[in-house]
Amino acid sequence: MSSAIMSEDSIQTPARAKRWHILVFLLPAFVIYSAVMILPLVETLRLSLFNTVDGQSTFVGFANFQVLFGQERWAADFWRALKNNFIFFAIHMLVQNPLGIALAAMLSIPKLRLATFYRTAIFLPTLLSFVIVGFIWKLILSPIWGITPFFMDLVGLKAFFAPWLGRPGSALIAVSLISVWQNIGIPMMLIYAALLNIPDEVIEAAECDGVTGWSQFWKIKLPLVLPAIGMVSILTFVGNFNAFDLIYTVQGALAGPDGSTDILGTLLYRTFFGFQLQLGDRSMGATIATVMFLIILAGVSLYLFGIQRRVRRYQF
Amino acid sequence: MSKARMSPLRSSFVHLALAGYTAVALFPVLLTIVNSFKDRNAIFRTPLAPPTANTFSLVGYETVLKQGDFVGYFQNSLIVTVISIFFVLLFGAMAAFALSEYRFRGNTMMGLYLAIGIMIPIRLGTVAILQGMVAAGLVNTLTALILVYTAQGLPLAIFILSEFMRTVSDDLKNAGRIDGLSEYAIFFRLVLPLIKPAMATVAVFTMIPIWNDLWFPLILAPGEATKTVTLGSQVFIGQFVTNWNAVLAALSLAIFPVLILYVIFSRQLIRGITAGAVK
Repeated sequence: MSSAIMSEDSIQTPARAKRWHILVFLLPAFVIYSAVMILPLVETLRLSLFNTVDGQSTFVGFANFQVLFGQERWAADFWRALKNNFIFFAIHMLVQNPLGIALAAMLSIPKLRLATFYRTAIFLPTLLSFVIVGFIWKLILSPIWGITPFFMDLVGLKAFFAPWLGRPGSALIAVSLISVWQNIGIPMMLIYAALLNIPDEVIEAAECDGVTGWSQFWKIKLPLVLPAIGMVSILTFVGNFNAFDLIYTVQGALAGPDGSTDILGTLLYRTFFGFQLQLGDRSMGATIATVMFLIILAGVSLYLFGIQRRVRRYQF
Repeated sequence: MSKARMSPLRSSFVHLALAGYTAVALFPVLLTIVNSFKDRNAIFRTPLAPPTANTFSLVGYETVLKQGDFVGYFQNSLIVTVISIFFVLLFGAMAAFALSEYRFRGNTMMGLYLAIGIMIPIRLGTVAILQGMVAAGLVNTLTALILVYTAQGLPLAIFILSEFMRTVSDDLKNAGRIDGLSEYAIFFRLVLPLIKPAMATVAVFTMIPIWNDLWFPLILAPGEATKTVTLGSQVFIGQFVTNWNAVLAALSLAIFPVLILYVIFSRQLIRGITAGAVK
Protein backbone atom coordinates (compact mmCIF):
# COMPACT_ATOMS: atom_id res chain seq x y z
CA MET A 1 0.00 0.00 0.00
CA SER A 2 2.70 2.47 0.99
CA SER A 3 4.43 2.35 -2.36
CA ALA A 4 1.16 3.22 -4.03
CA ILE A 5 0.66 6.15 -1.73
CA MET A 6 4.06 7.64 -2.46
CA SER A 7 3.91 7.05 -6.17
CA GLU A 8 4.25 10.09 -8.37
CA ASP A 9 1.24 11.94 -9.59
CA SER A 10 2.32 12.82 -13.08
CA ILE A 11 -0.45 15.24 -13.90
CA GLN A 12 -0.50 17.66 -11.02
CA THR A 13 2.96 17.84 -9.59
CA PRO A 14 5.57 16.68 -12.03
CA ALA A 15 8.42 18.37 -10.22
CA ARG A 16 7.88 17.20 -6.67
CA ALA A 17 9.63 14.12 -5.37
CA LYS A 18 8.13 11.76 -2.86
CA ARG A 19 5.00 13.14 -1.24
CA TRP A 20 5.43 11.95 2.30
CA HIS A 21 2.63 14.09 3.65
CA ILE A 22 -0.01 11.88 2.00
CA LEU A 23 1.38 8.95 3.95
CA VAL A 24 1.47 10.97 7.16
CA PHE A 25 -2.15 12.04 6.71
CA LEU A 26 -3.38 8.53 5.98
CA LEU A 27 -1.25 6.47 8.30
CA PRO A 28 -2.84 6.95 11.76
CA ALA A 29 -6.37 6.21 10.55
CA PHE A 30 -5.16 3.33 8.39
CA VAL A 31 -3.15 1.71 11.19
CA ILE A 32 -5.82 1.93 13.91
CA TYR A 33 -8.62 0.90 11.57
CA SER A 34 -6.65 -2.03 10.18
CA ALA A 35 -5.27 -3.22 13.49
CA VAL A 36 -8.42 -2.95 15.59
CA MET A 37 -11.14 -3.56 13.04
CA ILE A 38 -10.11 -5.27 9.81
CA LEU A 39 -7.46 -7.66 11.08
CA PRO A 40 -9.61 -8.93 13.98
CA LEU A 41 -12.48 -9.37 11.55
CA VAL A 42 -10.30 -11.41 9.21
CA GLU A 43 -8.82 -13.31 12.14
CA THR A 44 -12.33 -14.11 13.40
CA LEU A 45 -13.31 -15.44 9.98
CA ARG A 46 -10.11 -17.54 10.00
CA LEU A 47 -10.75 -18.86 13.51
CA SER A 48 -14.10 -20.20 12.41
CA LEU A 49 -12.19 -22.79 10.37
CA PHE A 50 -10.14 -23.94 13.36
CA ASN A 51 -10.95 -25.82 16.51
CA THR A 52 -9.09 -27.18 19.49
CA VAL A 53 -8.13 -30.82 18.99
CA ASP A 54 -6.07 -32.39 21.81
CA GLY A 55 -5.28 -28.94 23.18
CA GLN A 56 -3.93 -27.80 19.83
CA SER A 57 -5.53 -25.37 17.46
CA THR A 58 -6.13 -27.37 14.31
CA PHE A 59 -7.56 -26.60 10.92
CA VAL A 60 -10.91 -28.35 10.66
CA GLY A 61 -12.37 -26.89 7.49
CA PHE A 62 -16.08 -26.36 7.70
CA ALA A 63 -16.56 -28.80 10.57
CA ASN A 64 -17.55 -25.98 12.97
CA PHE A 65 -20.30 -24.94 10.59
CA GLN A 66 -21.50 -28.54 10.31
CA VAL A 67 -21.71 -28.69 14.09
CA LEU A 68 -23.52 -25.36 14.27
CA PHE A 69 -26.06 -26.23 11.58
CA GLY A 70 -26.49 -29.90 12.28
CA GLN A 71 -25.39 -31.14 15.69
CA GLU A 72 -28.22 -31.47 18.13
CA ARG A 73 -26.79 -29.37 20.96
CA TRP A 74 -25.98 -26.40 18.71
CA ALA A 75 -28.40 -26.56 15.83
CA ALA A 76 -31.59 -26.09 17.85
CA ASP A 77 -30.21 -22.94 19.49
CA PHE A 78 -28.78 -21.60 16.29
CA TRP A 79 -31.84 -22.04 14.09
CA ARG A 80 -34.07 -20.64 16.79
CA ALA A 81 -31.84 -17.58 17.17
CA LEU A 82 -31.80 -17.11 13.40
CA LYS A 83 -35.58 -17.41 13.16
CA ASN A 84 -36.07 -15.02 16.08
CA ASN A 85 -33.67 -12.59 14.45
CA PHE A 86 -35.73 -12.59 11.26
CA ILE A 87 -38.92 -12.01 13.26
CA PHE A 88 -37.13 -9.20 15.11
CA PHE A 89 -36.19 -7.67 11.76
CA ALA A 90 -39.66 -8.19 10.27
CA ILE A 91 -41.32 -6.37 13.16
CA HIS A 92 -38.96 -3.43 12.66
CA MET A 93 -39.70 -3.31 8.95
CA LEU A 94 -43.47 -3.60 9.45
CA VAL A 95 -43.87 -1.28 12.42
CA GLN A 96 -40.88 1.00 12.80
CA ASN A 97 -40.37 2.05 9.21
CA PRO A 98 -44.00 2.68 8.15
CA LEU A 99 -44.60 4.54 11.40
CA GLY A 100 -41.40 6.51 10.85
CA ILE A 101 -42.50 7.43 7.34
CA ALA A 102 -45.91 8.49 8.60
CA LEU A 103 -44.41 10.69 11.32
CA ALA A 104 -41.95 12.20 8.84
CA ALA A 105 -44.74 12.92 6.37
CA MET A 106 -46.76 14.72 9.03
CA LEU A 107 -43.74 16.67 10.32
CA SER A 108 -42.83 17.85 6.85
CA ILE A 109 -46.19 19.56 6.30
CA PRO A 110 -45.20 23.18 5.64
CA LYS A 111 -45.84 25.74 8.37
CA LEU A 112 -46.96 23.11 10.84
CA ARG A 113 -46.95 24.64 14.29
CA LEU A 114 -44.94 22.90 17.03
CA ALA A 115 -43.14 20.78 14.42
CA THR A 116 -39.75 21.44 16.06
CA PHE A 117 -41.05 20.37 19.42
CA TYR A 118 -42.58 17.13 18.09
CA ARG A 119 -39.42 16.33 16.15
CA THR A 120 -37.13 16.93 19.12
CA ALA A 121 -39.31 14.93 21.50
CA ILE A 122 -39.82 11.92 19.24
CA PHE A 123 -36.09 11.67 18.60
CA LEU A 124 -35.19 11.64 22.30
CA PRO A 125 -35.51 7.86 22.94
CA THR A 126 -33.04 7.22 20.12
CA LEU A 127 -30.31 8.91 22.14
CA LEU A 128 -30.83 6.85 25.28
CA SER A 129 -28.82 3.71 25.79
CA PHE A 130 -30.41 0.29 25.40
CA VAL A 131 -29.79 -0.26 29.07
CA ILE A 132 -31.91 2.71 30.12
CA VAL A 133 -34.64 1.90 27.60
CA GLY A 134 -34.70 -1.77 28.51
CA PHE A 135 -35.07 -1.17 32.22
CA ILE A 136 -37.65 1.60 31.85
CA TRP A 137 -39.90 -0.66 29.79
CA LYS A 138 -39.30 -3.58 32.09
CA LEU A 139 -40.67 -1.44 34.91
CA ILE A 140 -43.58 -0.10 32.88
CA LEU A 141 -44.67 -3.53 31.64
CA SER A 142 -44.20 -5.05 35.07
CA PRO A 143 -47.42 -6.31 36.64
CA ILE A 144 -46.00 -5.27 40.03
CA TRP A 145 -46.01 -1.58 39.22
CA GLY A 146 -49.27 -1.74 37.34
CA ILE A 147 -48.77 1.23 35.01
CA THR A 148 -49.76 -0.69 31.90
CA PRO A 149 -52.89 -2.34 33.36
CA PHE A 150 -53.91 1.09 34.67
CA PHE A 151 -53.78 2.62 31.20
CA MET A 152 -55.45 -0.38 29.60
CA ASP A 153 -58.21 -0.01 32.15
CA LEU A 154 -58.85 3.53 30.92
CA VAL A 155 -59.72 2.20 27.48
CA GLY A 156 -61.50 -0.84 28.83
CA LEU A 157 -58.90 -3.39 27.81
CA LYS A 158 -57.60 -4.37 31.22
CA ALA A 159 -58.66 -7.96 30.68
CA PHE A 160 -56.11 -8.25 27.87
CA PHE A 161 -53.13 -7.33 30.02
CA ALA A 162 -50.54 -10.02 30.51
CA PRO A 163 -46.92 -10.00 31.67
CA TRP A 164 -45.85 -10.03 28.04
CA LEU A 165 -42.11 -10.04 28.69
CA GLY A 166 -42.46 -13.17 30.79
CA ARG A 167 -44.35 -15.31 28.30
CA PRO A 168 -42.55 -17.25 25.60
CA GLY A 169 -45.33 -16.52 23.11
CA SER A 170 -45.21 -12.74 23.39
CA ALA A 171 -41.75 -11.87 24.76
CA LEU A 172 -40.05 -11.52 21.37
CA ILE A 173 -42.78 -9.25 20.04
CA ALA A 174 -42.67 -7.15 23.21
CA VAL A 175 -38.88 -6.76 23.04
CA SER A 176 -39.05 -5.92 19.32
CA LEU A 177 -41.62 -3.23 19.99
CA ILE A 178 -39.45 -1.74 22.73
CA SER A 179 -36.64 -1.59 20.20
CA VAL A 180 -39.00 0.02 17.69
CA TRP A 181 -39.96 2.62 20.28
CA GLN A 182 -36.32 3.45 20.78
CA ASN A 183 -35.11 3.46 17.18
CA ILE A 184 -38.00 5.08 15.37
CA GLY A 185 -36.19 8.42 15.41
CA ILE A 186 -33.73 7.22 12.77
CA PRO A 187 -36.20 6.42 9.94
CA MET A 188 -38.23 9.45 10.92
CA MET A 189 -35.29 11.83 10.62
CA LEU A 190 -33.78 10.39 7.44
CA ILE A 191 -37.10 10.35 5.61
CA TYR A 192 -38.02 13.75 6.99
CA ALA A 193 -34.76 15.07 5.53
CA ALA A 194 -35.50 13.47 2.18
CA LEU A 195 -39.00 14.95 2.15
CA LEU A 196 -37.60 18.41 2.86
CA ASN A 197 -35.25 18.01 -0.09
CA ILE A 198 -38.11 17.73 -2.56
CA PRO A 199 -38.17 21.09 -4.37
CA ASP A 200 -41.20 23.31 -4.00
CA GLU A 201 -41.64 23.44 -7.78
CA VAL A 202 -42.43 19.74 -7.92
CA ILE A 203 -45.06 20.06 -5.24
CA GLU A 204 -46.49 23.20 -6.82
CA ALA A 205 -46.70 21.51 -10.22
CA ALA A 206 -48.55 18.63 -8.60
CA GLU A 207 -50.95 21.06 -6.98
CA CYS A 208 -51.59 22.80 -10.31
CA ASP A 209 -52.55 19.41 -11.69
CA GLY A 210 -54.91 18.92 -8.79
CA VAL A 211 -52.79 16.27 -7.07
CA THR A 212 -53.05 17.06 -3.37
CA GLY A 213 -53.31 15.40 0.01
CA TRP A 214 -53.16 11.64 0.08
CA SER A 215 -52.70 11.09 -3.62
CA GLN A 216 -49.89 13.65 -3.61
CA PHE A 217 -48.14 11.71 -0.87
CA TRP A 218 -48.51 8.35 -2.61
CA LYS A 219 -47.87 9.46 -6.19
CA ILE A 220 -45.31 12.24 -5.81
CA LYS A 221 -43.55 12.25 -2.47
CA LEU A 222 -43.19 8.57 -1.67
CA PRO A 223 -41.53 7.66 -4.99
CA LEU A 224 -39.13 10.57 -4.50
CA VAL A 225 -37.99 9.38 -1.09
CA LEU A 226 -37.56 5.72 -2.06
CA PRO A 227 -33.74 5.96 -1.93
CA ALA A 228 -33.98 7.15 1.68
CA ILE A 229 -36.37 4.31 2.50
CA GLY A 230 -33.88 1.87 0.98
CA MET A 231 -31.13 3.27 3.15
CA VAL A 232 -33.28 3.10 6.27
CA SER A 233 -34.06 -0.54 5.48
CA ILE A 234 -30.42 -1.55 5.19
CA LEU A 235 -29.51 0.35 8.37
CA THR A 236 -32.34 -1.50 10.13
CA PHE A 237 -31.10 -4.81 8.75
CA VAL A 238 -27.51 -4.32 9.87
CA GLY A 239 -28.62 -2.98 13.25
CA ASN A 240 -31.00 -5.86 13.89
CA PHE A 241 -28.64 -8.65 12.94
CA ASN A 242 -26.01 -7.18 15.20
CA ALA A 243 -28.37 -6.38 18.09
CA PHE A 244 -27.54 -7.54 21.58
CA ASP A 245 -27.75 -4.85 24.25
CA LEU A 246 -31.51 -4.51 24.58
CA ILE A 247 -32.24 -8.21 24.86
CA TYR A 248 -29.33 -8.70 27.25
CA THR A 249 -30.72 -5.92 29.45
CA VAL A 250 -34.37 -6.92 29.38
CA GLN A 251 -34.14 -10.70 29.30
CA GLY A 252 -30.58 -11.46 30.41
CA ALA A 253 -27.90 -13.43 28.60
CA LEU A 254 -30.11 -16.51 28.43
CA ALA A 255 -32.63 -14.45 26.43
CA GLY A 256 -35.55 -15.93 28.32
CA PRO A 257 -38.20 -16.96 28.92
CA ASP A 258 -37.04 -20.31 27.68
CA GLY A 259 -34.78 -18.81 25.01
CA SER A 260 -37.74 -17.30 23.23
CA THR A 261 -36.00 -13.97 22.67
CA ASP A 262 -32.60 -15.40 21.77
CA ILE A 263 -31.13 -13.74 18.68
CA LEU A 264 -27.74 -14.13 17.03
CA GLY A 265 -26.11 -11.40 19.16
CA THR A 266 -27.05 -13.01 22.46
CA LEU A 267 -26.18 -16.47 21.15
CA LEU A 268 -22.74 -15.16 20.13
CA TYR A 269 -22.22 -13.65 23.57
CA ARG A 270 -23.14 -16.83 25.44
CA THR A 271 -21.16 -19.05 23.13
CA PHE A 272 -18.01 -17.02 22.96
CA PHE A 273 -17.91 -15.59 26.43
CA GLY A 274 -19.60 -18.36 28.36
CA PHE A 275 -22.44 -17.99 30.77
CA GLN A 276 -23.01 -19.54 34.17
CA LEU A 277 -21.96 -23.19 33.85
CA GLN A 278 -21.33 -23.09 30.14
CA LEU A 279 -17.70 -22.36 29.29
CA GLY A 280 -16.78 -19.93 26.57
CA ASP A 281 -15.93 -21.50 23.21
CA ARG A 282 -13.74 -19.37 21.00
CA SER A 283 -14.02 -21.40 17.83
CA MET A 284 -17.78 -21.70 17.94
CA GLY A 285 -18.03 -18.01 18.84
CA ALA A 286 -15.98 -17.18 15.77
CA THR A 287 -18.20 -19.49 13.73
CA ILE A 288 -21.36 -17.69 14.82
CA ALA A 289 -19.71 -14.30 14.20
CA THR A 290 -18.80 -15.51 10.71
CA VAL A 291 -22.39 -16.51 10.01
CA MET A 292 -23.53 -13.08 11.20
CA PHE A 293 -20.90 -11.49 8.98
CA LEU A 294 -22.11 -13.45 5.95
CA ILE A 295 -25.75 -12.56 6.62
CA ILE A 296 -24.92 -8.86 6.97
CA LEU A 297 -22.66 -8.98 3.93
CA ALA A 298 -25.43 -10.62 1.89
CA GLY A 299 -27.89 -7.95 2.97
CA VAL A 300 -25.50 -5.09 2.26
CA SER A 301 -24.55 -6.51 -1.16
CA LEU A 302 -28.19 -7.01 -2.07
CA TYR A 303 -28.79 -3.40 -1.14
CA LEU A 304 -25.74 -1.95 -2.92
CA PHE A 305 -25.99 -3.96 -6.14
CA GLY A 306 -29.61 -4.95 -6.29
CA ILE A 307 -31.70 -2.21 -4.77
CA GLN A 308 -29.70 0.98 -4.65
CA ARG A 309 -28.79 0.86 -8.35
CA ARG A 310 -32.30 0.07 -9.46
CA VAL A 311 -34.13 2.68 -7.44
CA ARG A 312 -34.74 5.58 -9.76
CA ARG A 313 -33.13 8.77 -8.55
CA TYR A 314 -34.35 12.18 -9.51
CA GLN A 315 -31.91 14.99 -9.92
CA PHE A 316 -33.27 18.39 -9.12
CA MET B 1 -45.47 30.95 -2.63
CA SER B 2 -48.90 29.50 -2.42
CA LYS B 3 -49.47 26.25 -0.67
CA ALA B 4 -52.73 24.41 -0.65
CA ARG B 5 -54.12 25.12 2.78
CA MET B 6 -54.95 22.27 5.06
CA SER B 7 -58.49 22.11 6.23
CA PRO B 8 -58.81 22.69 9.99
CA LEU B 9 -60.07 19.14 10.39
CA ARG B 10 -57.02 17.66 8.72
CA SER B 11 -54.72 19.93 10.63
CA SER B 12 -56.18 18.96 13.97
CA PHE B 13 -55.95 15.30 13.04
CA VAL B 14 -52.25 15.72 12.26
CA HIS B 15 -51.67 17.48 15.57
CA LEU B 16 -53.56 14.79 17.41
CA ALA B 17 -51.44 12.06 15.83
CA LEU B 18 -48.12 13.84 16.40
CA ALA B 19 -48.98 14.88 19.95
CA GLY B 20 -50.11 11.33 20.65
CA TYR B 21 -46.83 9.84 19.50
CA THR B 22 -44.86 12.55 21.30
CA ALA B 23 -46.60 11.48 24.49
CA VAL B 24 -45.67 7.85 23.78
CA ALA B 25 -42.04 8.89 23.27
CA LEU B 26 -41.75 11.10 26.34
CA PHE B 27 -44.02 9.39 28.86
CA PRO B 28 -41.70 6.52 29.87
CA VAL B 29 -38.78 8.90 30.38
CA LEU B 30 -40.79 11.41 32.39
CA LEU B 31 -42.41 8.66 34.43
CA THR B 32 -38.99 7.36 35.44
CA ILE B 33 -37.63 10.76 36.39
CA VAL B 34 -40.74 11.87 38.29
CA ASN B 35 -40.94 8.68 40.30
CA SER B 36 -37.26 8.71 41.17
CA PHE B 37 -38.01 11.65 43.49
CA LYS B 38 -40.77 9.90 45.43
CA ASP B 39 -40.81 7.52 48.36
CA ARG B 40 -41.55 3.87 47.91
CA ASN B 41 -45.23 3.99 48.83
CA ALA B 42 -45.96 6.84 46.48
CA ILE B 43 -44.20 5.09 43.61
CA PHE B 44 -46.68 2.26 43.83
CA ARG B 45 -49.80 4.05 45.02
CA THR B 46 -49.76 7.14 42.80
CA PRO B 47 -47.20 6.48 40.06
CA LEU B 48 -48.62 9.18 37.81
CA ALA B 49 -48.64 12.00 40.38
CA PRO B 50 -45.72 14.42 40.67
CA PRO B 51 -43.87 14.31 44.00
CA THR B 52 -45.55 16.38 46.71
CA ALA B 53 -44.10 17.67 49.97
CA ASN B 54 -45.24 14.47 51.64
CA THR B 55 -44.01 11.99 49.07
CA PHE B 56 -40.76 13.69 48.05
CA SER B 57 -37.77 11.55 48.83
CA LEU B 58 -34.19 11.22 47.68
CA VAL B 59 -33.61 7.84 49.28
CA GLY B 60 -33.02 6.25 45.88
CA TYR B 61 -30.26 8.70 45.01
CA GLU B 62 -28.67 8.19 48.42
CA THR B 63 -28.53 4.44 47.85
CA VAL B 64 -27.10 4.86 44.39
CA LEU B 65 -24.38 7.26 45.46
CA LYS B 66 -23.46 5.18 48.49
CA GLN B 67 -23.50 1.74 46.89
CA GLY B 68 -22.38 2.34 43.36
CA ASP B 69 -19.39 4.34 42.23
CA PHE B 70 -21.41 6.41 39.77
CA VAL B 71 -18.97 9.30 39.87
CA GLY B 72 -16.23 6.91 38.78
CA TYR B 73 -18.43 5.42 36.05
CA PHE B 74 -19.16 8.89 34.71
CA GLN B 75 -15.49 9.71 34.72
CA ASN B 76 -14.67 6.56 32.77
CA SER B 77 -17.40 7.18 30.21
CA LEU B 78 -16.32 10.78 29.83
CA ILE B 79 -12.64 9.89 29.37
CA VAL B 80 -13.39 7.16 26.85
CA THR B 81 -15.88 9.24 24.87
CA VAL B 82 -13.87 12.45 24.75
CA ILE B 83 -10.55 10.85 23.82
CA SER B 84 -12.17 8.59 21.22
CA ILE B 85 -13.96 11.51 19.60
CA PHE B 86 -10.73 13.51 19.57
CA PHE B 87 -8.87 10.74 17.73
CA VAL B 88 -11.76 10.03 15.38
CA LEU B 89 -11.94 13.70 14.41
CA LEU B 90 -8.18 14.24 14.10
CA PHE B 91 -7.27 11.02 12.26
CA GLY B 92 -10.52 11.00 10.35
CA ALA B 93 -10.04 14.54 9.10
CA MET B 94 -6.41 13.81 8.15
CA ALA B 95 -7.36 10.74 6.16
CA ALA B 96 -10.32 12.51 4.58
CA PHE B 97 -8.01 15.35 3.54
CA ALA B 98 -5.54 12.94 1.95
CA LEU B 99 -8.32 11.16 0.06
CA SER B 100 -10.12 14.27 -1.17
CA GLU B 101 -7.13 16.54 -1.81
CA TYR B 102 -4.46 14.42 -3.48
CA ARG B 103 -4.56 12.21 -6.49
CA PHE B 104 -2.42 9.14 -6.03
CA ARG B 105 -2.54 5.56 -7.13
CA GLY B 106 -4.74 3.51 -4.83
CA ASN B 107 -6.85 6.48 -3.78
CA THR B 108 -10.18 4.87 -4.70
CA MET B 109 -9.15 1.52 -3.27
CA MET B 110 -8.12 3.17 -0.01
CA GLY B 111 -11.45 5.02 0.12
CA LEU B 112 -13.39 1.79 -0.38
CA TYR B 113 -11.23 -0.06 2.15
CA LEU B 114 -11.88 2.60 4.77
CA ALA B 115 -15.62 2.54 3.94
CA ILE B 116 -16.11 -1.17 4.71
CA GLY B 117 -16.53 -0.30 8.37
CA ILE B 118 -19.57 1.89 7.69
CA MET B 119 -21.69 -1.16 7.00
CA ILE B 120 -19.87 -4.04 8.68
CA PRO B 121 -20.14 -3.74 12.47
CA ILE B 122 -16.89 -3.96 14.43
CA ARG B 123 -18.61 -6.28 16.92
CA LEU B 124 -18.26 -9.20 14.55
CA GLY B 125 -14.51 -9.18 15.17
CA THR B 126 -14.93 -9.34 18.95
CA VAL B 127 -13.45 -12.83 19.32
CA ALA B 128 -10.14 -11.72 17.84
CA ILE B 129 -10.27 -8.24 19.37
CA LEU B 130 -10.44 -9.77 22.83
CA GLN B 131 -7.58 -12.11 21.94
CA GLY B 132 -5.51 -9.19 20.73
CA MET B 133 -6.27 -7.10 23.81
CA VAL B 134 -5.33 -10.03 26.07
CA ALA B 135 -2.05 -10.41 24.20
CA ALA B 136 -1.34 -6.69 24.46
CA GLY B 137 -2.24 -6.68 28.16
CA LEU B 138 -4.97 -4.12 27.59
CA VAL B 139 -7.92 -6.00 29.07
CA ASN B 140 -9.67 -3.95 31.76
CA THR B 141 -8.11 -0.71 30.62
CA LEU B 142 -9.81 2.30 29.14
CA THR B 143 -7.18 2.24 26.38
CA ALA B 144 -8.77 -0.90 24.95
CA LEU B 145 -12.14 0.83 24.71
CA ILE B 146 -10.63 3.98 23.23
CA LEU B 147 -8.86 1.96 20.52
CA VAL B 148 -12.00 0.05 19.62
CA TYR B 149 -14.22 3.12 19.52
CA THR B 150 -11.70 5.09 17.50
CA ALA B 151 -11.61 2.31 14.90
CA GLN B 152 -15.39 2.08 14.99
CA GLY B 153 -15.91 5.80 14.45
CA LEU B 154 -13.30 6.39 11.73
CA PRO B 155 -15.10 4.98 8.63
CA LEU B 156 -18.19 7.17 8.87
CA ALA B 157 -16.12 10.19 9.94
CA ILE B 158 -13.83 9.84 6.92
CA PHE B 159 -16.82 9.41 4.62
CA ILE B 160 -18.69 12.49 5.86
CA LEU B 161 -15.61 14.68 6.20
CA SER B 162 -14.29 13.97 2.72
CA GLU B 163 -17.66 14.99 1.27
CA PHE B 164 -17.28 18.31 3.06
CA MET B 165 -13.59 18.75 2.20
CA ARG B 166 -14.42 18.60 -1.49
CA THR B 167 -16.41 21.80 -1.04
CA VAL B 168 -13.42 23.78 0.29
CA SER B 169 -12.22 26.07 -2.49
CA ASP B 170 -9.08 25.06 -4.39
CA ASP B 171 -8.12 28.69 -4.88
CA LEU B 172 -7.75 29.15 -1.16
CA LYS B 173 -5.46 26.15 -0.82
CA ASN B 174 -3.42 27.12 -3.84
CA ALA B 175 -3.06 30.66 -2.52
CA GLY B 176 -1.69 29.11 0.65
CA ARG B 177 0.77 27.03 -1.36
CA ILE B 178 1.99 30.08 -3.25
CA ASP B 179 2.52 31.82 0.09
CA GLY B 180 4.79 28.94 1.02
CA LEU B 181 2.60 27.11 3.49
CA SER B 182 3.41 23.45 3.93
CA GLU B 183 0.73 20.86 3.21
CA TYR B 184 0.39 20.37 6.97
CA ALA B 185 -0.19 24.07 7.54
CA ILE B 186 -2.76 24.13 4.76
CA PHE B 187 -4.62 21.30 6.44
CA PHE B 188 -4.45 22.58 10.01
CA ARG B 189 -4.70 26.33 9.41
CA LEU B 190 -6.86 26.67 6.29
CA VAL B 191 -9.02 23.59 5.89
CA LEU B 192 -9.80 22.47 9.44
CA PRO B 193 -11.37 25.79 10.54
CA LEU B 194 -13.60 25.70 7.46
CA ILE B 195 -15.06 22.28 8.15
CA LYS B 196 -15.86 22.88 11.83
CA PRO B 197 -19.64 22.44 11.30
CA ALA B 198 -19.06 19.05 9.71
CA MET B 199 -16.74 18.10 12.57
CA ALA B 200 -19.52 18.94 15.04
CA THR B 201 -21.92 16.67 13.16
CA VAL B 202 -19.41 13.83 13.14
CA ALA B 203 -18.69 14.36 16.83
CA VAL B 204 -22.35 13.90 17.72
CA PHE B 205 -22.76 10.83 15.49
CA THR B 206 -19.64 9.33 17.03
CA MET B 207 -20.54 10.16 20.59
CA ILE B 208 -23.95 8.54 20.88
CA PRO B 209 -22.97 4.93 20.11
CA ILE B 210 -19.82 5.19 22.24
CA TRP B 211 -21.58 6.57 25.30
CA ASN B 212 -24.39 4.02 25.03
CA ASP B 213 -22.38 0.92 24.17
CA LEU B 214 -22.74 -2.08 26.46
CA TRP B 215 -21.04 -4.80 24.40
CA PHE B 216 -17.39 -3.73 24.54
CA PRO B 217 -17.32 -2.54 28.16
CA LEU B 218 -18.91 -5.86 29.09
CA ILE B 219 -16.31 -7.88 27.22
CA LEU B 220 -13.15 -5.78 27.26
CA ALA B 221 -13.37 -3.80 30.48
CA PRO B 222 -15.82 -5.29 32.99
CA GLY B 223 -13.60 -4.52 36.00
CA GLU B 224 -14.94 -2.23 38.71
CA ALA B 225 -12.31 0.44 38.02
CA THR B 226 -13.06 0.69 34.30
CA LYS B 227 -16.85 0.37 34.22
CA THR B 228 -18.60 2.92 32.05
CA VAL B 229 -21.93 4.47 32.99
CA THR B 230 -23.84 2.12 30.72
CA LEU B 231 -22.26 -1.01 32.13
CA GLY B 232 -22.23 0.41 35.65
CA SER B 233 -25.95 1.11 35.66
CA GLN B 234 -26.62 -2.26 34.02
CA VAL B 235 -24.81 -4.12 36.79
CA PHE B 236 -26.09 -1.86 39.56
CA ILE B 237 -29.72 -2.20 38.52
CA GLY B 238 -29.30 -5.93 38.13
CA GLN B 239 -28.23 -6.11 41.77
CA PHE B 240 -30.85 -3.75 43.15
CA VAL B 241 -33.69 -5.06 41.07
CA THR B 242 -36.17 -5.08 43.97
CA ASN B 243 -35.16 -1.68 45.31
CA TRP B 244 -37.37 0.46 43.11
CA ASN B 245 -36.13 3.75 44.52
CA ALA B 246 -32.56 2.87 43.70
CA VAL B 247 -33.40 1.54 40.24
CA LEU B 248 -35.38 4.63 39.28
CA ALA B 249 -32.68 6.92 40.66
CA ALA B 250 -29.93 5.08 38.79
CA LEU B 251 -31.91 5.28 35.55
CA SER B 252 -32.54 8.99 36.07
CA LEU B 253 -28.87 9.62 36.77
CA ALA B 254 -28.03 7.90 33.48
CA ILE B 255 -30.67 9.92 31.62
CA PHE B 256 -29.84 13.41 32.94
CA PRO B 257 -26.56 14.05 31.11
CA VAL B 258 -28.04 12.87 27.81
CA LEU B 259 -31.12 14.98 28.38
CA ILE B 260 -29.15 18.12 29.23
CA LEU B 261 -26.81 17.73 26.26
CA TYR B 262 -29.78 17.06 23.99
CA VAL B 263 -31.64 20.16 25.12
CA ILE B 264 -28.54 22.25 24.39
CA PHE B 265 -27.50 20.63 21.11
CA SER B 266 -30.72 19.29 19.60
CA ARG B 267 -30.85 21.98 16.92
CA GLN B 268 -27.35 21.26 15.70
CA LEU B 269 -27.85 17.53 15.88
CA ILE B 270 -31.04 17.60 13.84
CA ARG B 271 -29.57 20.04 11.35
CA GLY B 272 -26.60 17.71 10.98
CA ILE B 273 -28.79 14.70 10.32
CA THR B 274 -31.06 16.45 7.88
CA ALA B 275 -28.18 18.10 6.00
CA GLY B 276 -25.65 15.37 5.58
CA ALA B 277 -27.21 11.98 6.06
CA VAL B 278 -29.18 11.48 2.88
CA LYS B 279 -27.18 11.32 -0.30
